[in-house]
Amino acid sequence: MVYLTRKVEFSASHHYHNPELSAAENQRIFGKCNNPNGHGHNYTLEVTVKGSVDHQTGFVVDLKQLKEIMNREVVDALDHRYLNKEVPEFASQIPTTENIAIAVWKRLQGKLNVAKLHRVRIYETPELWADFYGEE
Amino acid sequence: MFSASHRLHCDGLTDAENEVTYGKCNNPHGHGHNYFVEVTVSGQVDPATGMVCNLVDIDDCVRREILDRFDHANLNTLPEFRGQVPTTEVLSVVIYDILKQSFRSAHLEKVRIEETMLNSFEYAGGVELRT
Repeated sequence: MVYLTRKVEFSASHHYHNPELSAAENQRIFGKCNNPNGHGHNYTLEVTVKGSVDHQTGFVVDLKQLKEIMNREVVDALDHRYLNKEVPEFASQIPTTENIAIAVWKRLQGKLNVAKLHRVRIYETPELWADFYGEE
Repeated sequence: MFSASHRLHCDGLTDAENEVTYGKCNNPHGHGHNYFVEVTVSGQVDPATGMVCNLVDIDDCVRREILDRFDHANLNTLPEFRGQVPTTEVLSVVIYDILKQSFRSAHLEKVRIEETMLNSFEYAGGVELRT
């Protein structure tokens, strides 16, 4: 079993706000991220798949296909978007890096025909990232 | 890090199938990469030295067994890839197996190879990666 990781970048804006909490509580919990006008990041998405190496091709997965799926399912939907307002998953969820990792997993799951999805890693900044392995 | 060239071509496929499968990587003249290799070992910390193993030993082993063998080589010409297509999947298995044989001072957990800034490959001897 070999693990293969493909990286892609996208840029998006968001803000953190829970409508069930008071303005003061939102401010206390989310700080600068609660700014209602939003702010942005360059996100780096790493998708790791696993599988056996095909004896004939030497591939676990066709990297070109993986890249196309990542672009179609994730980048086209999230890149240069305001996540809270333009991406359906975040109409009812706060678009934290944790929730983005879960949303990306759900978008990709079932779309990879040969290899198995192992991990979704989202870097919000080079210093901060979230991993999701599909467990609930 | 080592730099090497390769060509992805499977003799069992037709020219057209090779082109479809490997695209630009099927160029008969080959192409090259700078491969970054990460070696992860594990073990108990020796109370006398405070180390799992001596990093100098890993450096020496990787230099001797991997860099001297693969740096500035054409992977397709090497015996390690006879009968195999030198994809980075296969390269990661080859490197893991070489190090497993040659580095005995700690347990070899995994080998990770960056082929480009966007693509990387990991092999842990056929078992699941520890998360």
